[in-house]
Amino acid sequence: MQRYVIGRLLLMIPTLLGVAILTFVIMRVVPGDVVTLRYSGSGAVPQEVIERERAQLGLDRPMPAQFMDYMTGIVRLDFGRSLWTDRPVVEEVGARIGITIELAIIAAIIATLLAIPLGVLAAVKQDTWVDYVVRVFSIGGLAFPSFWLGILMILGLVVWFRWAPPLIFVPLWRDPVENLAQLIWPALAVGYRYSAVATRMTRSSVLEVLREDYVRTARAKGVVEWVVVVRHALRNSLLPVITVISLEFAFLFGGLVVTEQVFNVNGLGKLLVDAVQHRDYPLVQALVLIFSFVFVFVNFIVDILYGVLDPRIRYA
Amino acid sequence: MSRAPTAFAPGHDSMEIARRRFLEDTGWRRSRRATRDFIRRRPLGAAGAVIIILMILAAALADVISPYDPVAQDFLDSLLPPSVQHPLGTDSFGRDVLSRLLHGARGALLVGFVSSLAGSTLGLVFGVIGAYFGGKVDEAIQRVMDVLISFPLIVIAIAVVAALGPGVVNVIVAITVPVIPRVARVVRSSGLAVVRMPYIEAARSIGVQAPRIMFRHMVPNVFAPYLIMLTAFLGQAILLEASLAYLGLGVVEPDPAWGLMLRGQGMQFLEQAPWLAVAPGVAISLAVFGFNLFGDSLRDALDPRLRTA
Repeated sequence: MQRYVIGRLLLMIPTLLGVAILTFVIMRVVPGDVVTLRYSGSGAVPQEVIERERAQLGLDRPMPAQFMDYMTGIVRLDFGRSLWTDRPVVEEVGARIGITIELAIIAAIIATLLAIPLGVLAAVKQDTWVDYVVRVFSIGGLAFPSFWLGILMILGLVVWFRWAPPLIFVPLWRDPVENLAQLIWPALAVGYRYSAVATRMTRSSVLEVLREDYVRTARAKGVVEWVVVVRHALRNSLLPVITVISLEFAFLFGGLVVTEQVFNVNGLGKLLVDAVQHRDYPLVQALVLIFSFVFVFVNFIVDILYGVLDPRIRYA
Repeated sequence: MSRAPTAFAPGHDSMEIARRRFLEDTGWRRSRRATRDFIRRRPLGAAGAVIIILMILAAALADVISPYDPVAQDFLDSLLPPSVQHPLGTDSFGRDVLSRLLHGARGALLVGFVSSLAGSTLGLVFGVIGAYFGGKVDEAIQRVMDVLISFPLIVIAIAVVAALGPGVVNVIVAITVPVIPRVARVVRSSGLAVVRMPYIEAARSIGVQAPRIMFRHMVPNVFAPYLIMLTAFLGQAILLEASLAYLGLGVVEPDPAWGLMLRGQGMQFLEQAPWLAVAPGVAISLAVFGFNLFGDSLRDALDPRLRTA
């Protein structure tokens, strides 16, 4: 087990290194840099000015040197300064990461609360109208673009409650109620979509377990049906459900980009879009690395969790 | 002498009837029967198929059935609510929303089909190669796939569009890339089971070349997961295309793309003209919904482990 954990942790290094290299290359292959973009609106700018500014930002240095700076920076956890705002990348990210994490967690809670009861219900009532309704509802979650759902929510809220997307975000520690009121709508828009996959997984997993011998045994010895479903079937079918919920969480973290745009939430996704459009190399590199790290790390946790939750799984 | 019960006489027992029917049924008749069975057993899947067929028809006949030119502007008729002349209203340039939706089906279908087909097929190739050779080759492919899978899609999309410029082809590339590792993983895990089969060993022992073994023996045996992933990604690809267009990546005005219609007009005139936001969203959802319903039923039919009794 210990060897497996260490092995898995070590395997994360080449993956993240690959991501870092890919980001570095992609961003520099893409035409335009931060200096040309900054002056793009201001007509003709003397070439010397542009060159001087590039030199100031270190963009004139040879690629390998820039790459070495980037790499040694990562090791020292120093991600440099934003080329666009000149603030340290750590500060830029730190200011936004809280809201994205919070949004992701609320969405995950909504999704879980929706998915498990609905999935169990659909499985127990398989091939009845209840099952069909739940399935259509969950496939709908996959089909409605979450940004469109967001637009419709805003439309409904604006028309009926005179609500408007907040301009300034209230942090959780200052006013929890106001904070929740701001985040609940984007969280619902994302959470519904997120619940779809989990609902389907719960349904098929419970269905599978309901056909096991021990479920028949439990029924035969006269256990009440809901106890059979909850204690025998649900508990044994939770493993794939937990997997899906955690993996979706990893996707979600990087996938909030569009929803943040719709609801004007100033999170990491919005920051990433802006950073890429500004060709803000250090910021993009740091953000992509964060997203990838969350993804790889959640995957790792899920694999470990498998062994903990299901004693039959052994790691060599 | 007692005669055998007629039910067991040849030509009368139900197995025999089924067998005859199967042999007699060829071509159209058999496929018609299969279609009827599919509709009866999987009504949701059949509903999905209907939506897909309608969408393909809409895309193919867009020029014929559209009441107006999708890019023709008419400022006297801007922001009209739905009416007989304009069933879904008009946008701020006076363009007919229904005509734009019908033409938008083309882009959505094109991107959906091409990118999920290309992505899944490349994934199939990498998955089979990894499973067949194992060892260092497999390890190398897996590491590359790990990198691709953990790379935020949006960065790939923005980078591709920024590097190659806007356009349908670039959107296709941007959506194809993230599909590859996901399919490769699934195909590889099925392929690992196939590689250990005796028929692979047999083929190897009589000296069949590796590419031939992979193509003739492995690919057909991992085709079910490939097909399942392919249909699953069809809907997702359409959704992604809409998301990218919504973010302003890929197609540009005045192209009638569904995501683009939501981005500019839909948001800007949300209160004055809600039909501008509702119509394209319904189109996207319906399309994805159709592909998902169909894909689900296909998976149920192809994957015996998940088959419902």
